[in-house]
Amino acid sequence: MIKNNIHRILLLLVAFSLSVSTICAEEEKAEINVRELILDHVGDAYDWHIATIHHQLVSIPLPIIVKGHQSGWSFFSSAKFHHGHEAYKGFYIAPEGDYKGKIVEWVNGEEVRPWDFSLTKNAATLVMSSLVLIIFILICARWYKKREKTPENASPKGFIAFVELVIMSVVNDVIKPCIGKNYKRYTPYLLTIFFFIIFNNLLGLIPIFPGGANITGNIAITCVLALFTFVIVNFFGTKEYWKEVFWPDVPVWLKVPIPIMPAIELVGVFTKPFALMIRLFANILAGHAIVLGLTCMVFLTVSLGTAMNTGMSILSVVMTVFIDCVELLVAYIQAYVFTMLSAVFIGLSQVEAHHAKH
Amino acid sequence: MSLLTPDIGLLFWMLLSFGIVFFVLAKFGFPIIVKMVDERKTYIDQSLEAAKQANTQLLGIKEESEKILTEARNEQIRILKEANEMRQKVVGEAKEQAQIEAAKVMEDAKRNIEREKMLAMRDAHSQIAMLSITIAEKILRKNLENKSAQLELVEQLIDEVQKN
Repeated sequence: MIKNNIHRILLLLVAFSLSVSTICAEEEKAEINVRELILDHVGDAYDWHIATIHHQLVSIPLPIIVKGHQSGWSFFSSAKFHHGHEAYKGFYIAPEGDYKGKIVEWVNGEEVRPWDFSLTKNAATLVMSSLVLIIFILICARWYKKREKTPENASPKGFIAFVELVIMSVVNDVIKPCIGKNYKRYTPYLLTIFFFIIFNNLLGLIPIFPGGANITGNIAITCVLALFTFVIVNFFGTKEYWKEVFWPDVPVWLKVPIPIMPAIELVGVFTKPFALMIRLFANILAGHAIVLGLTCMVFLTVSLGTAMNTGMSILSVVMTVFIDCVELLVAYIQAYVFTMLSAVFIGLSQVEAHHAKH
Repeated sequence: MSLLTPDIGLLFWMLLSFGIVFFVLAKFGFPIIVKMVDERKTYIDQSLEAAKQANTQLLGIKEESEKILTEARNEQIRILKEANEMRQKVVGEAKEQAQIEAAKVMEDAKRNIEREKMLAMRDAHSQIAMLSITIAEKILRKNLENKSAQLELVEQLIDEVQKN
């Protein structure tokens, strides 16, 4: 049975890659720019491009919200740009330059960025996924709320049991050991980032609408996440934590007259969340880039002949499947790591006086 | 490179979205779930503890009941033994009594028999005497009907007396 299925899947892969290569052979006469294509896919966009069928772009227009330096607030659909070919109200998508792909306006003979709060592809996905995540968790919470009076009956089955398993594994294996005794206060935040990251990571792996947007691989997103951790770490830090930053337990000559250690510690305060930001961003971005690159292999090898192209296509599909599986793992690991490191940093900011420890 | 510069619009949307997600979930989502799971855990722990205690108690009760049972058994044996002893004693006593009684009865009977015998003997003696007298009378009468006989007797008697 299984062997049969494997054969069938392999045949399907071959057929699929053959059909893809023939389509490409027909359509892609021009060289494709892989770098451009990947950057385009992992980046943001003003409209949600779903597919291109017979040279016709199928996309969902998204709302554009901009405040020009002279014209004030404008609110219109991205369809007005006609996929970047036309200007509207003095705004247009820069075809090249520093602001390539972004909305710009022409002020005093210079191309400048207006205040751009457009609901871009990433922003739209973000809003949507946030809503879904809220509903999803609230449904689970409602199940518990219904049974609040009778804790003996509140052992869920099926899906909610699985969610509970994930939640409690994060609480018991990550939050509790990393923070210590005050862990209850930070549990909601850490669970929120865990679920937010893993949910958006997984959503990004779905290649078709409504997934595919590279949310957690966008630096703005990870920046805000890291910012939240930074604020919580430093806002709720104990006196001992600040003492360790500005007057650490090292020989005096390292602190006075040149505050070497305090400077290092102070830099550390900022590098910790910075590392969080870069780690998540780079991992997810790289994952998307690899999948896209491997998929592009199909189109790049068209010029090498049918046999070579078929072989490479099969290889490409197999490799893409493999990398996608790895990415599933990475989606979990990155959410886990971000949560764990946030917990560790919070735990470090909760230090008690040394004497109490020993 | 635009990939590394955070876009202000996306920053804004992210702050807004994540802020709302954080607020809602931290207020209405996770605390309830975690609290309930903790409560359930406490409940299970308590139940386990109670079960353990009940088990211990049960074990104690079992031991106690066994003890009571053993005691009862010992008591039973003791009572039985006592009863046996008592029975034997009673039986022995009764036997003795009976023997004494029997002996007494026998004695009485013997004495009665003796007396009866004596009476009978005496009766018989007198009867025999009377009878013998009567017989003697009759014989005498008969024998002395003729003169010769009477003379013979007299002679005989005289002989006898003479002999003596």
